[in-house]
Amino acid sequence: MSSLRLLGVSWWLQFKMIMRSPFDGIGNVIYPLFFATTAFFVFRAGDSPRTLIYASFGAAVMGMWSSVSTSAGSAMQRERWWGTLELLVTTPRHFSLILLPTTLGLATVGIYNLAATLLWGRFLFGVHLTIAHPLLFALAILGTVLSFAGLGFLFAVSFVRFRAAWVLGNFFEYPVWLICGFLVPLSFLPGWVHPISWALAPTWGMSAIRESALGGSPLPDIGACVGLGLGYVVVGVLVTDRVLRAARVSGSLSLT
Amino acid sequence: MIVAARIFFVGGLTSFRALFYWLTPWIYIPTMLIAPIFQILLFAYIGRSAHLRSDEFYVIGNALQYSSIPCLFAMAQSIGGERFQDTLSAILVSPAARIPLFFGRSLPVVLNGALVSAFSLAVGSLILGVHLPASSFAPLALVVLIAAFSCTGLGLINAALSLRIRENAVLSNVIFGFLLIFTGANVPLDDLPSWMSTAAQGLPFTHAIAAARKLANGAGLGDVGGLVGAELLVGAIYGVAGFLLLRWFETISRRHASLERS
Repeated sequence: MSSLRLLGVSWWLQFKMIMRSPFDGIGNVIYPLFFATTAFFVFRAGDSPRTLIYASFGAAVMGMWSSVSTSAGSAMQRERWWGTLELLVTTPRHFSLILLPTTLGLATVGIYNLAATLLWGRFLFGVHLTIAHPLLFALAILGTVLSFAGLGFLFAVSFVRFRAAWVLGNFFEYPVWLICGFLVPLSFLPGWVHPISWALAPTWGMSAIRESALGGSPLPDIGACVGLGLGYVVVGVLVTDRVLRAARVSGSLSLT
Repeated sequence: MIVAARIFFVGGLTSFRALFYWLTPWIYIPTMLIAPIFQILLFAYIGRSAHLRSDEFYVIGNALQYSSIPCLFAMAQSIGGERFQDTLSAILVSPAARIPLFFGRSLPVVLNGALVSAFSLAVGSLILGVHLPASSFAPLALVVLIAAFSCTGLGLINAALSLRIRENAVLSNVIFGFLLIFTGANVPLDDLPSWMSTAAQGLPFTHAIAAARKLANGAGLGDVGGLVGAELLVGAIYGVAGFLLLRWFETISRRHASLERS
């Protein structure tokens, strides 16, 4: 129970800090809208059977991923700049309970991104959306947010030894947009890419959101998305232990 | 004259190496060499998915447009970086002529932007099997250089705004986003609303991208002279406007003692 309380309080604290950050709270929200707008224009100009509704959901989840990828990669680097990393590492709670709320906060901002992109499509491009299964749609969004937080957490702990961690987080923005079926169906991609796509929760989150909105059966996708998200968290916890032990042994936590 | 040349060439290069902290391979390779390839692939596949244009359209558009990342960010860092390191006052209190001081910082940025574009164009073409005629290589190199020059002009305005705005990374990303939509890199200008395609005529890359696409389709340099001239003119106007803005904000910053605002 105290762990849940810690997660809740830390998530709220991180969320408030993110919303007041010009880069995370404004930049990361506006930036994907430019890509969404480009995608809307491309799909509107093209003669594909894929409609603007397809593009609208894809662009919305692109925005969700953007809010996580760059900033989660540098989450620990930020604590290092603020001089709080050592203090957080020495707290009596497991460090993953401290870090996970950060990426959860970033993923929560993704809900705003999703809503903003859908409204952007509605009012600027006339994309009328009807959600076939509202409850499942909400569940799909929740599952996607949780899995993005898990993947962001794995990024954050994996990149802790890199000074330029933000670059690595940033680096994964385009590839995930490309291979997770946001705007390009997986069938368009080479066969060797498919297993990589299936191992990434955003693929299943995207599918779940589309299925629930368009009247399919999203539950298997939601299950795969949440399952993978939990898997990322478990791996992240193991990596946390290993990375922190190595950093303590070599005295390199601050990278100075 | 020699002093001005030293400030322009030596000062510009030193500033670029000191302030553009992305030059380390850990940042440069993922950000400047790999990311543009993924941007090309993303839009080429979106184009396939939407049945809009050929891969060549997206390779050329995105390869040229991506040079806005090094051009905008490096110019912003050339001013913002000085402030971050508390050296801006020392630079601006010096009697150095401002034209070589500010424009000297632009030259390495132009060359680096052109390098990023040329690399992206070459690798993107190889990966997607886009054939560019050998006769177009030299004219394309010139167009790529002029596109980087033009965007660096806009970057100079971005640098000037860094004297007044703390979050120049956010601003650079926003400008990048506008260039992504407006310049015809991914959406044909005919398919944009008329006010957007009109506004695009005054933006960097619009004319260079159009010229590069014609060159790739077999046109000669003489055939795209008008487009190349327009791109040069756009870059020159932004460069002069950026310089004047820098001088104006420098004066205001002195008056309000806000050079070191952090």
